[in-house]
Amino acid sequence: MLTATEIQAIDHEISLVPYKKATVIEALKIVQEHRGWISDESVEAIAAHLEISPAEVDSVATFYNLIFRKPVGRHIILLCDSISCYIMGYGLLYNALQNKLSIGFGQTSSDNRFTLLPNVCLGCCDHAPALIIDKDLYRDVTVEQLDDMLNKYA
Amino acid sequence: MERPLTSNIHPDRPPLNLKEYEMTGGYGALRKVLKDMLPADLQKLVQNSNLKGRGGAGFSTGMKWSLVPMGENAPHPKYLITNADEMEPGTFKDRLLLEGNPHQLIEGMILAAYAIQADISYVFLRWAYHKAATFLRKSIQEAYDAGYLGKNILGSGFHLEMYLHTGVGRYMCGEETALLNALEGKRATPRAKPPFPQISGLFGKPTIVNNVETLCCVPHIVNNGADWFKSLSYSEDGGTKVYGVSGKVKKPGAWELPMGVTMRELIEEHAGGMKPGLKLKGVLPGGASTDFLTTQHLDIKMDFKSVAAAGSRLGTGTMIVMDDATCPVGFVHNLQHFFAQESCGWCTPCREGLPWVEKILLSLEKGEGRKEDIELLEMHTQYLGPGNTFCALAPGAMEPLQSALKYFRDDFDKHIDHKKCPYGK
Amino acid sequence: MPKIYIDNKSFDVKAGKNLLETCLSLGYDLPYFCWHPAMGSIGACRQCAVRVFKDEEDTKGRIVMSCMENVKEGLRMSVSDEMATAFRAQVVEWLMTNHPHDCPVCDEGGSCHLQDVTVMTGHDYRRFEYKKRTYTNQYLGPFIHHEMNRCIQCYRCVRFYRDYAGGDDLNVFSAHNHVYFGREKDGILQSPFSGNLAEVCPTGVFTDKTLKEHYTRKWDLTTAPSICQHCSLGCNTIPGERYGKLRNIVNRYNGEVNGYFLCDRGRFGYEFVNSENRITQPIIRNRTIEAVSHDLLIQHLAMLLPGQTLIGIGSPRASVESNYSLRELVGKENFYQGVNDDQVFLEQKIVDILQSGCVHTPSLKEIEEADAVLVLGEDIWNTAPIMALAVRQSVMKTAAAESLEQVPLPAWHDVAVKELVQEAKGFLANVTVLPSPLNEIAACSMQGAPDDMARLGFGIAHILNPTLPSVGVIMEKAIIIAEALKHAKRPVIITGTGGCNDGLIRAAYDIAVALKTEDRKPGLAFVLPECNSMGLAMMRAPSLEKVAGRVQNTPNVTVVILENDLYRRIPAAKADAFFRQCKNIIVLDALHNRTTEKAHVLIPAATFAEADGTFVNNEGRAQRSCQVFMPAINTIKESFKWLWEIKALLTSASNGQEKHPDELLARLESSLTQFAGISAVAPPRDFRIHGSAIPRESHRYSGRTAMLSNLAVSEPKPLQDDDSPLSFTMEGYRGMPPAPLIPSFWAPGWNSGQAVNKYQQEVGGPLKGGDPGIRLFEQTTATPVFSRDIPDAFVPRPNKWLLLPQHHIFGTGELSMYTKGIAERSPEPYITLSKWDAEQLGAVKGDLLSVKTDEKIYTFPLIIEESLQDGIVLMPAGLQGMDVWSWGAWVNITK
Ligand SMILES: Cc1cc2nc3c(=O)[nH]c(=O)nc-3n(C[C@H](O)[C@H](O)[C@H](O)COP(=O)(O)O)c2cc1C
Ligand code: SF4
Ligand code: FES
Repeated sequence: MLTATEIQAIDHEISLVPYKKATVIEALKIVQEHRGWISDESVEAIAAHLEISPAEVDSVATFYNLIFRKPVGRHIILLCDSISCYIMGYGLLYNALQNKLSIGFGQTSSDNRFTLLPNVCLGCCDHAPALIIDKDLYRDVTVEQLDDMLNKYA
Repeated sequence: MERPLTSNIHPDRPPLNLKEYEMTGGYGALRKVLKDMLPADLQKLVQNSNLKGRGGAGFSTGMKWSLVPMGENAPHPKYLITNADEMEPGTFKDRLLLEGNPHQLIEGMILAAYAIQADISYVFLRWAYHKAATFLRKSIQEAYDAGYLGKNILGSGFHLEMYLHTGVGRYMCGEETALLNALEGKRATPRAKPPFPQISGLFGKPTIVNNVETLCCVPHIVNNGADWFKSLSYSEDGGTKVYGVSGKVKKPGAWELPMGVTMRELIEEHAGGMKPGLKLKGVLPGGASTDFLTTQHLDIKMDFKSVAAAGSRLGTGTMIVMDDATCPVGFVHNLQHFFAQESCGWCTPCREGLPWVEKILLSLEKGEGRKEDIELLEMHTQYLGPGNTFCALAPGAMEPLQSALKYFRDDFDKHIDHKKCPYGK
Repeated sequence: MPKIYIDNKSFDVKAGKNLLETCLSLGYDLPYFCWHPAMGSIGACRQCAVRVFKDEEDTKGRIVMSCMENVKEGLRMSVSDEMATAFRAQVVEWLMTNHPHDCPVCDEGGSCHLQDVTVMTGHDYRRFEYKKRTYTNQYLGPFIHHEMNRCIQCYRCVRFYRDYAGGDDLNVFSAHNHVYFGREKDGILQSPFSGNLAEVCPTGVFTDKTLKEHYTRKWDLTTAPSICQHCSLGCNTIPGERYGKLRNIVNRYNGEVNGYFLCDRGRFGYEFVNSENRITQPIIRNRTIEAVSHDLLIQHLAMLLPGQTLIGIGSPRASVESNYSLRELVGKENFYQGVNDDQVFLEQKIVDILQSGCVHTPSLKEIEEADAVLVLGEDIWNTAPIMALAVRQSVMKTAAAESLEQVPLPAWHDVAVKELVQEAKGFLANVTVLPSPLNEIAACSMQGAPDDMARLGFGIAHILNPTLPSVGVIMEKAIIIAEALKHAKRPVIITGTGGCNDGLIRAAYDIAVALKTEDRKPGLAFVLPECNSMGLAMMRAPSLEKVAGRVQNTPNVTVVILENDLYRRIPAAKADAFFRQCKNIIVLDALHNRTTEKAHVLIPAATFAEADGTFVNNEGRAQRSCQVFMPAINTIKESFKWLWEIKALLTSASNGQEKHPDELLARLESSLTQFAGISAVAPPRDFRIHGSAIPRESHRYSGRTAMLSNLAVSEPKPLQDDDSPLSFTMEGYRGMPPAPLIPSFWAPGWNSGQAVNKYQQEVGGPLKGGDPGIRLFEQTTATPVFSRDIPDAFVPRPNKWLLLPQHHIFGTGELSMYTKGIAERSPEPYITLSKWDAEQLGAVKGDLLSVKTDEKIYTFPLIIEESLQDGIVLMPAGLQGMDVWSWGAWVNITK
């Protein structure tokens, strides 16, 4: 079931496009914004609201890497693994994060605090290596800074 | 030296608000056009300015606009879309413009929309650019409030709606037809061309997709004329260009410079040269999907034609510098990992070929490669070329690989002969 | 006609086609995967690469995908070009990197498009040495097996299932080299066209689960051209047999009828042939040993029949030959249609209309090409599924044609056309008692009582031709529909007997005739219930009710019932009464049923798979269905053979008892002129090509000498087929047979069904020599006769409900229900009422309600349908074991 807030936000998007189903991605974003991820129930609820099949919603949802079809932790770390960060040593950051959180890419820490994901170039190549936690961008990141950085996220 | 695009951008300060932007002459171009230019005049002006698309392909912007059906019988709504998906590895120029001066983009968009008589415009912004999203949202609202957007703009009878759409990942969304599918709420697989978006684009209606930087040039062209714009450049392509350098240089960064500065100037002067103890080994001149150039090319001009003549592409103009302590095999493997993962899965060569290439490179890097693997890599560079795949992603992916095999073949061979990475990985 | 050059040879080719279709039509073996003749091009697989040159001077050229390039005057291209050839091989190598190479255990093996193309392109050595990608498979229901690892990502499945057939529960998921084709969760595929996945999938991802249960390779099947038995459309099929069992059914292309596709009832509904419930031996009741030999049966009949009045009851599911033979046996005046009064009345109306020739009745292909469709009162989704699929194509194609007028693109360019068309649809008005999935694409739909639907129809006719009677207030929908039909060039009106209302038929006729002008060619299509309903109706015999009256007044009646369960035709009490009045009851049928229980003498009839026979479909197209295999037991024979044997007993003639379909049809057309031309339906039985018959077995058929060695070690003599030019061997003419006699599609290099390309005049066009079937209704210039009596508007009656049938694609058929999966998907009996009516009765969903009809009370759970007209009660039509109810009667309902 979608909440009234979600429905309102989705309906606003619907008002801007020629037909309802063009807002699938917006709807997924809205629901994920509220719930952190997209469950099967969310897929069905969105499908019902947009009058399309769950398969159609899921076909779109599973295409995009920033729509999460599995539960994620409270905070999401997106570590850039593209070329400039590769040159500038993102590998060291990855090793350090793996050690600190005991998780690899695609995993969620056992305390459900962090999910660690690789991400393509964050457009921050002049300040590589870079990462994003939730919506905060960190640039020129060193292994030493990681603890302080992580501590900000409960 | 004139820096029209960035002179009002101060990375440590928030961008100009509407008032401040207007004080710098902002929206003057729009007033001028709405007052005394016909859409066709504006198209012509931009065509005369020799503005070439900054999204990577370098197609004449004015020419592109001229293919949109105009006149009373043209289908409506027409769309104008800013491609702000910037996900090409090594590229960070649009971020500068988006975060630095959103009103400049908005004005450029309204002008472009007027030129093609669009009714609706979108900024397709990648998810990761949160700051840009915040600024854009605010600025679009300001523009609406000031009557630059919406119904009957400045009393001219011209209408335009503008929406910000943020993506949910996938490099493919930057490819203009895949972008259209994403905006329609579909999987971001590309569409066939022809028909071009100018004819059948968003929701099947005439559509123009332009890069952020391209559109940011438009107000300045209107204000100062086509000749002025051409005069900014050191080459036949008009204007300035936001160049960037990343990698192990002393001062990585992005700078607006005349189109056609040399690679040497960019690396040695603006980026301050290589970090101590490192030598330059190779350069991807314009993002991950361009061919390597090497030290022998340092003096070429960074414009579309000259870089092409040297065997690569200007692409986005943001270069990635590879130093001599970085393993080219590992480097190319990282790129191919990116491309394989970002393939949309539509066409066979890209979907199946790129992962194969990635696997070969990984095994080479691990010292498990064989001589035949080089042939397989070469085969892929040959068969994943333009025309063989559905869109330009896979051909782009092959550019750094084919040139790495050409310039750094030694390094590949060493991995095979020594059964390990000579760079100690 | 543009001239193009392929490898320096010049060809005059058809404009508007892409290079791939052009090359295939010219006979080139150019490989492809994602393209499909019925679905167009998407350019995804990159398999069809050729090299195209700018002009004569250009030696470099460029590689293009032939499916994505239009034919152009003077175009130069090369198929054999080295680079293009190497690229095509490379594409297969890529596709095979992750393919499991499990051909020996794959159901597709031997009929696999991927195998064909792999061999064709010359990819034979594998260079990919890494781990393959793997997927998990899904449970997709009783019909389709899923094996995702074999996928080559050609996107055909989703394009067929979603775009072509309108299904919404199959899709593509994920991205890059992990794209996945399936449902969002395990579960039964909902589309009634799901079986086509097994044919559109070029490899073994989607395969026929019913075949799996008694698996046989394509090359080991004995096959023959056949006609589907499960509705009136007469889709062309290829059933396959081995060891006396029917193993599967695949599509047999007929450009005018079913094209490339079948519905799931037609494809999977064949298991009745293999049923335990088959009648295999003659039975004479009330003896110690009832099952008797052939000779004993004949002796018995020889004693029984003299002095009897023979009365024959025909059948809409028996062939023209069998019905005609029964008529010959009992005499014209003693022959009755085995169909109830109401049905005969409606069918007679239809035959009258079609025979008058005032209006054209379209083939399915023509329906696909219609530019506006009105479905008036017939639930075609359930009663004529492939017609519903054709209507869907008409809606899509019309929308595309309109868009392409704005932006000219080649029609084959599927992706681009879809992007352009977006959600636009051509005109369809779907007027039915209950909404069907067709409503989703309908511009206009209406639910109502049959009389009201008919009134809507008369209203439309009146708007089109104001001299026709008015219905009073003109409904807004009538105006919309009339306008749309008027603006069309090729409008089609569809109705049928499923609505149980002759007003619908008359109204549809009036509309169609009113639409006729110089440049507007309307079509009027009728749906009938069974595979030979039309053929039987054309014989114009009286109904079942009439026979009851007759028997009452005639002593010593022996009734001969041909392949017909009368309990499915008339209420049980009436059937019982009828049987009580007959002195002797002789029944010929293939499966036991309530009627065969009543038989004093029961004679085993061959099913369609064991029989030759001709069936007349809803458009009056006579089509030959050939025997696939000979029953192992000599007591199973085509009904017409038995009937002539019996006739020989009566006339004491010793010769002339062996009758063949071609002779029977020749006699039929000389005695009943409405069948003129029917004997040309297929080449006669003595037809040979270069002295050879056409083999039903492939040249690779294995085990011929060994398969029966448990019975006798010497190889048995091949069975002889005296009824058709097909042989039961591997030997014979291997070239192109005449279209009605194609036993299966095979061509050198093409073991998969894709070989069909070689059998067509041009890809996607008619079969070489013309699509099979003889249309029996000629158009004439007769003056149309319009209706004058318009039914009154429907008014619900207090405490009475109008009983109407609800048809079910899975459930309504008599024979298809013997397939487990179809039975599984058939509904349990129910009673459907409108919301208001349910409230009046104080009933909620699931409550047991009792309907009193035909002097019996039936109690079933309630289903509530919001859109059902108040005052109507729906019950499922034709469920197995259920009585037939008097549709159109006013019944009582109690809680
Ligand atoms: C795989 C792929 C990714 C692309 N990504 C971007 C992008 O992020 N931003 C962009 O402006 N253009 C991108 N392009 C180029 C666009 O397709 C298109 O050419 C461009 O937006 C046109 O704008 P312009 O004419 O102003 O250069 C990409 C192209 C491909 C093939
Ligand atoms: S080259 Fe093919 S698979 Fe790759 S991104 Fe383009 S269309 Fe998709
Ligand atoms: S058949 Fe041409 S690309 Fe698939």
